[in-house]
Amino acid sequence: MPTFVRTDKCDGCKGQDRTACMYICPHDLMKLDKDGSETGHAMRAFNQEPEQCWECYSCVKICPQQAIECRHYADVVPLGGSVQPLRGTDSIMWTIKFRNGTLKRFKFPIRTTPEGSIDPYAGKPEADMSKIEEPGFFNHNEQNGYRAGNPAELIRK
Amino acid sequence: MAEFGNPDVIEEEVDVLMIGGGMANCGAAYEIMQWAKGTDLRIKLVDKAAMDRSGAVAQGLSAINTYIGPEQDPADYARMVSNDLMGITRDDLAYDLGRHVDESVHLFEEWGLPIWKTDESGERHDGSKGMASLKDGGKPVRSGKWQIMINGESYKWIVAEAAKKAIGTDRIQERVFIVKLINDKNDPSRVAGAIGFSVREHKIYVYKAKAILLAAGGCVNIFRPRSVGEGTGRAWYPVWNAGSTYTMAAEAGAELTLMENRFVPARFKDGYGPVGAWFLLFKSQATNAVGEVYMVKNKELLDDYPPYGQAAVPASCLRNHLMLKEMQEGRGPIWMDTVTALGKLKETLSPREVKHLEAEAWEDFLDMCVGQCGIWVGENIEPEKKNSELMPTEPYLLGSHSGCCGIWTSGPTDVGAPTEETAEGVPAHLPSGWNWGYRGMTTVKGLFTAGDGVGASGHKFSSGSHAEGRLAAKAMVKYCLDNKDYKPELDTSVEDLVNAIYQPVRTYLEFKDYSTAIDVNPNYITPKMLQFRLQKIMDEYVAGVATYYKTNEHMLKVAEEKLEMLKEDAEKMRAKDLHELLRAWENYHRILTAEAHMKHIQFREESRYPGFYYRMDKNFVDEENWHCFVNSIYDKTTKKWTVFKRAHVDLVDKSKLFKAAAH
Ligand SMILES: Cc1cc2nc3c(=O)[nH]c(=O)nc-3n(C[C@H](O)[C@H](O)[C@H](O)COP(=O)(O)OP(=O)(O)OC[C@H]3O[C@@H](n4cnc5c(N)ncnc54)[C@H](O)[C@@H]3O)c2cc1C
Ligand code: SF4
Ligand code: SF4
Repeated sequence: MPTFVRTDKCDGCKGQDRTACMYICPHDLMKLDKDGSETGHAMRAFNQEPEQCWECYSCVKICPQQAIECRHYADVVPLGGSVQPLRGTDSIMWTIKFRNGTLKRFKFPIRTTPEGSIDPYAGKPEADMSKIEEPGFFNHNEQNGYRAGNPAELIRK
Repeated sequence: MAEFGNPDVIEEEVDVLMIGGGMANCGAAYEIMQWAKGTDLRIKLVDKAAMDRSGAVAQGLSAINTYIGPEQDPADYARMVSNDLMGITRDDLAYDLGRHVDESVHLFEEWGLPIWKTDESGERHDGSKGMASLKDGGKPVRSGKWQIMINGESYKWIVAEAAKKAIGTDRIQERVFIVKLINDKNDPSRVAGAIGFSVREHKIYVYKAKAILLAAGGCVNIFRPRSVGEGTGRAWYPVWNAGSTYTMAAEAGAELTLMENRFVPARFKDGYGPVGAWFLLFKSQATNAVGEVYMVKNKELLDDYPPYGQAAVPASCLRNHLMLKEMQEGRGPIWMDTVTALGKLKETLSPREVKHLEAEAWEDFLDMCVGQCGIWVGENIEPEKKNSELMPTEPYLLGSHSGCCGIWTSGPTDVGAPTEETAEGVPAHLPSGWNWGYRGMTTVKGLFTAGDGVGASGHKFSSGSHAEGRLAAKAMVKYCLDNKDYKPELDTSVEDLVNAIYQPVRTYLEFKDYSTAIDVNPNYITPKMLQFRLQKIMDEYVAGVATYYKTNEHMLKVAEEKLEMLKEDAEKMRAKDLHELLRAWENYHRILTAEAHMKHIQFREESRYPGFYYRMDKNFVDEENWHCFVNSIYDKTTKKWTVFKRAHVDLVDKSKLFKAAAH
């Protein structure tokens, strides 16, 4: 399902020098056609190598105009279905339309803390430099997750 | 002013350079800052993409595949890893990972990743509900002995947020593709820096560094994918990891291990949706065309591969082996019987639970493989009404999922790992035991790796890669402090390096007007055609899908010659813009990784991974002669590989796996 950009919705991210879709695509596929010389649609983005698209939906989810959708790989999938997300700050809503018209909607949580709220070292201990060569991270067992293991299991020790 | 073909060159000197912004380096970024506090270490992270959605977790995941939990021992984990990879893994690395990994998982939950829980009555709850966290004894939903279910659409986003906050945006450079590592002028066995280019601006970045953590993922698209039109992008493995880790390490002189290993996942056909939750959570079965369960029907085939076939869970490759028998004997297609599985579950569930179950089934794909839902809607497949086909994919090379190719790295010193090498033929300059001072360091001084980079220890997955990055980060701080007075000097001039990297651009500018059609020109080859050629060679001669994963010494010989010419022609790649320059170097990385894969298969005179590949001239597992690692080094000047054996040793008792199964 390579992505495509709807001419009626994309606003080129209002002419900023990096568009949201270009910023996010892990495979460098989304490109802004500034003057329309590549697509005939100035200030709209497009997928410059659709046959390299992993359908990861990163661009679909991030586009502020909901201008990006997917059309199933034409060489593999019959036409007519669609799978479209709307990603919020704590959940994602999916609208799923089958070729035969059946509709399904799902909503899933995506995160339990507000976006941008992570304070990585808050409440964490300092690293103990005298232990840098021992097992354990800087916050050794602060997370109750270190599994020391039964020493008898190590048969050569 | 910089322009196409004439980039600005930016030189920067740091102490620690992290290449890649995936799970491993997000872990490293988080861990390193606390150890580096109070030191004046200069740190930088470079990613070819945007960390929020880069690497294999870009799309999200529906499960964390490595979670030990308080009830299991790291030794159990090391045993499982070993058996799944046909007995040849580094127990020291797996064990060490097993004892650390849950620390990372608990942090993910603290940062906001929703993790499913079970309540006292055994009912499943998705992670948004206010139940006790894992850290405080909350019970995860296991979809297998080692996996736990999550609502992981934003998994990478969350982990990247923590990493980015930890090191700060000034220390991060996104959209720079690293092409080469550079050795030290005064000590060729040491790494001194790296060079890459921006895919957004006309800029080349040259970094000098004391320590480098190379964690740029595994390798996809060296084999011809099953779909070759618009669907080419739908490989199981995300198309953007191009073997940079293995190639750059090899060119810098690092020893590789088990590059013959590959992963051929059996997945939902065409969409490559995950099967784990279907098998383990929904208790679905896979059958041949006439409804026979091939794992039962063909179970005596497992006896051909003792002891690995006799564990409670046979090795992944052997499960493919049983499936392939059905396909090759004409009893395909293979079906995932979703209808029966969901039907059975519905018998015991309330309507509310049934609705939840349906959502779970869809979420499994929506969180990590939306493309599979695309197939379902296009073909009108509702899993409770219509079964789906399964199919083994084209091969991928990776070291953190159910594969174990990668770089030979230094392990922990406290678990009884060998300190001497007993196999003959290991080049004299290489270390002899399994640890040589710094955890996660390769055989090149100052070059570290983690995640998909670390060979001989698969099954780390997202959580384990994060933890492994943290282990390496800590060791790098120690390395830098121990090497305070070392000043990196590059063995090649910046000018030569820049010329090498921009060669595809120069070639294009020089010859583009020779012919009228810009893609057809005798003076150059497009990166795309080069990739097709690589894929054709690998597919047809090195056990791709075209031959049902079969090869032999004669076919490998042909591949060897063809790959050599391909390597020569790679010097004639063209790049008409920065995007194509990216594709050019990705494909160069692919070629060398593919060559390593081929050379290792050629060297190992047996078929260690039936179901992943078969050497038909040596179609057996030979425990007597080949229960060992196959390792290699590459000489970037002569462009030749040296392949050799290293001895394998067990650090935990593997027989326990089979005793349990016998009851
Ligand atoms: C299809 C698939 C499904 C999976 N499912 C699960 C699952 O359900 N549960 C689970 O726990 N794990 C799962 N995993 C495993 C998990 O995703 C990996 O183990 C983990 O992401 C590996 O971490 P890494 O840092 O080594 O590589 P990655 O996370 O892939 O990161 C590689 C990084 O390197 C960057 N990069 C690549 N080349 C260069 C270069 N030349 N220069 C600069 N940067 C570069 C990339 O942009 C990326 O940031 C899955 C993996 C795959 C492929
Ligand atoms: S993110 Fe959306 S609006 Fe912005 S350029 Fe891309 S498609 Fe257009
Ligand atoms: S779906 Fe993913 S791979 Fe495809 S264009 Fe969007 S971000 Fe890129």
